[in-house]
Amino acid sequence: MKTNSLDSLKTWAKSVRSDSEFRITILACAGTSCLSSESDLIIEMLQAKIDEHNLNGEVNLKKVGCLRFCGEGPIMFIEPDNITYVRVAIKDVDDIFTKHILEGTTITRLLYTSKKNELIESYENMNFFKKQFRIALRNVGDIDPRNIDEYVAQDGYKALGMSLLEKTPDEVIKIVKESGLRGRGGGGFPTGLKWAYTAAVKSDEKYVICNADEGDPGAFMDRSIIEGDPHSLIEAMTIAGYAIGANQGYIYIRAEYAISLEPLNIALNQAKEHGLLGENIFGTDFSFDIGIKLGAGAFVCGEETALIRSMEGHRGEPDKKPPYPSESGFRGKPTSVNNVETFVNVPAIILNGAEWFASFGTERSKGTKVFALAGNVKNIGLVEVPMGTTLREIIFDIGGGHPENKTIKAVQIGGPSGGVITEEYFDTPIDYDSLTAIGAMMGSGGLIVMDEDSDMVEIAKFYLDFTQDESCGKCTPCRIGTKRMFEILERLTNMEGEPADLERLETLGYNIKNTSLCGLGQTAPNPVLSTMKFFKEEYEAYAYRTKRTSYAIEGKKCIGCTKCARVCPVNCITGKVREIHTIDESACIACGACYDACPTQAILKP
Amino acid sequence: MQLREILGKYPKTEDYLIEILLDYQKTKIHHYLSEEELKEIAEHLNISESKVSSVMTFYTLFSMKPKGQYVIQICHDVPCYVNDQNSILKTLTNLLNIQVGETTEDKMFTLEYTSCLGACDKAPAMRIGEKTFTALTPNKVKAILAEYRGKKHA
Ligand SMILES: Cc1cc2nc3c(=O)[nH]c(=O)nc-3n(C[C@H](O)[C@H](O)[C@H](O)COP(=O)(O)O)c2cc1C
Ligand code: SF4
Ligand code: SF4
Ligand code: SF4
Ligand code: FES
Repeated sequence: MKTNSLDSLKTWAKSVRSDSEFRITILACAGTSCLSSESDLIIEMLQAKIDEHNLNGEVNLKKVGCLRFCGEGPIMFIEPDNITYVRVAIKDVDDIFTKHILEGTTITRLLYTSKKNELIESYENMNFFKKQFRIALRNVGDIDPRNIDEYVAQDGYKALGMSLLEKTPDEVIKIVKESGLRGRGGGGFPTGLKWAYTAAVKSDEKYVICNADEGDPGAFMDRSIIEGDPHSLIEAMTIAGYAIGANQGYIYIRAEYAISLEPLNIALNQAKEHGLLGENIFGTDFSFDIGIKLGAGAFVCGEETALIRSMEGHRGEPDKKPPYPSESGFRGKPTSVNNVETFVNVPAIILNGAEWFASFGTERSKGTKVFALAGNVKNIGLVEVPMGTTLREIIFDIGGGHPENKTIKAVQIGGPSGGVITEEYFDTPIDYDSLTAIGAMMGSGGLIVMDEDSDMVEIAKFYLDFTQDESCGKCTPCRIGTKRMFEILERLTNMEGEPADLERLETLGYNIKNTSLCGLGQTAPNPVLSTMKFFKEEYEAYAYRTKRTSYAIEGKKCIGCTKCARVCPVNCITGKVREIHTIDESACIACGACYDACPTQAILKP
Repeated sequence: MQLREILGKYPKTEDYLIEILLDYQKTKIHHYLSEEELKEIAEHLNISESKVSSVMTFYTLFSMKPKGQYVIQICHDVPCYVNDQNSILKTLTNLLNIQVGETTEDKMFTLEYTSCLGACDKAPAMRIGEKTFTALTPNKVKAILAEYRGKKHA
């Protein structure tokens, strides 16, 4: 049935049976991350039991998107009991059904254990969730992404209706401008302004493009949104189409995310069936359609001009700007490119008003930001916090600090374009500008926590290897320069470097930054320059060749207990019982297993 | 599936070159496209062969050389690195007796780097075909390889 007024949308929303009308609702996570641990099978088995006992009328098992606490997945939230189960496995299905669903008892072994070894029953009491505030992820993990009814029950498509039926395109743009929303794809450009530029260009055809390339290592928020709340992206893109005067949108998504396409395709079809996408939306004369285009493994295609080239079936090489896509983009027509997270903020802004949105965040960065917390931290997953939250709050209060309480040495932010932030800056309120001021950048929000064991030179080398590989080759400083920088880093880590290499790295770095054509080259040296600034001594250890690369045994502490030899996965430790053991350093893979096993701390780290 | 069938699924314009290449390569056991196939695609879309090959060489997901039946892609990004990806890599190169970028002699396995698989929350990770393996340890890798080797003889 087609929806053609806000009233009919309201009636529809009211008719949806809410979770609270069931005796019990189970939200089971089916995000990609949890799918890799068989959550699909677990859900299927549980549903089979519910069917078998004819309990569908009272038990509501919902397959939702990412519940954001991925490191502990698969996860189940059980309402109204307010119980959260973590690390659920196939063998737990029987107990969950019989003990919990039928008998109403909590299964303690599936509860989350905090670092203080307390069992925590409800997610509301987990620090991981307490400090978070959700706008972009408002529905992710709460609704079944494959069921449009659930989205509509959360005021879904109401912002679209309000825009089409009650506002002019200019009014919509004005609200987005006043909200202060800035692009979440890395650049931080004001979204309302971009829409206004694109709207101002006269053309028979215009396009709205959603950038879902998500190339930054460690960042997976866009994927989670597409998998967990696809309708909010569809609604937002349609609003953008109305605002700028476009009738066609495209979502450019990396081929590695093929699995995310299933909920998205279902959502597109449902929206069309209900007259919320396609011809004459909400019964007005505005029509808008959305297509999907796939990337094929090239990081630079996340850059908007390269993305457009790739959509046209070419090599994804960036173009000079200007002209900006807002003047001449896809097929030479005015095009507005926005990131997934940027888009999904828009319906919330239209519903609640620009002032509401602008009340969160800092002076020049409004609203919230989603971060993907990864690396050496206890609670891994997606974190949405108001702009201006400090890193310390994110790493320690939400992230729970280091899993084994080791010292956290630095945090990498902004992926291959960003830099490291060290302990002394953990109290900086983070927003676009404060991060730039301390030599890092927001990027897409990947936050990688690194402990004392991390080798900063190796990490910088990683990023350089990545960028030199991903450089499209169009301009020389980036193509040749990043290769040279990588070679120097390789020389250093192979202990074949020299002190002068440090200077070379720096000079090259600044040259590449200043002379490259696109953002990839302009930011590629950042990981090196920033780690050199804060961890010079680690570079020097390589440059002066004083660095050890494998584990070793300190003879006078070794009691010959053989424990290390037994755990070494490559059998490179030899020694007789009660005699001093030795490590064959050429074979050691530096896994650290011996270090953890040794009762006398006789093993030396590299 | 035949190349013709796949070509028939898409509008006959250059815009869909990447989709066609992705779709067809997926059907091939050794994950590559031959010169002849490339030519057929170029003719169908009415573009030059060199255009098709220049697009293919640009994107890492495409290959013009046969690969192993199972392509092992080991994540080469920092979240995995800080979670000890190195020992996983060394275990793989030892057990397969090849370096990254190479294919085993029996054409069973190709070892490649990939950028982040989005499984950083359960790092270190690798992927074989469409299946992602997470929270790897050297012993887990041994078991996974043994399982895939077993498939060949089954
Ligand atoms: C090398 C490079 C890679 C980029 N990758 C992405 C990406 O994966 N996702 C994204 O949304 N923006 C990416 N961007 C930023 C886009 O060029 C563009 O600014 C963004 O899509 C605009 O949307 P926004 O204003 O909503 O952020 C990248 C930029 C560069 C230079
Ligand atoms: S800076 Fe690098 S990625 Fe960007 S256009 Fe130049 S060579 Fe290509
Ligand atoms: S670090 Fe790992 S590989 Fe090296 S000696 Fe110790 S256990 Fe063996
Ligand atoms: S575990 Fe420690 S004490 Fe025991 S043999 Fe190894 S190095 Fe020596
Ligand atoms: S860094 Fe390895 S999966 Fe993300």
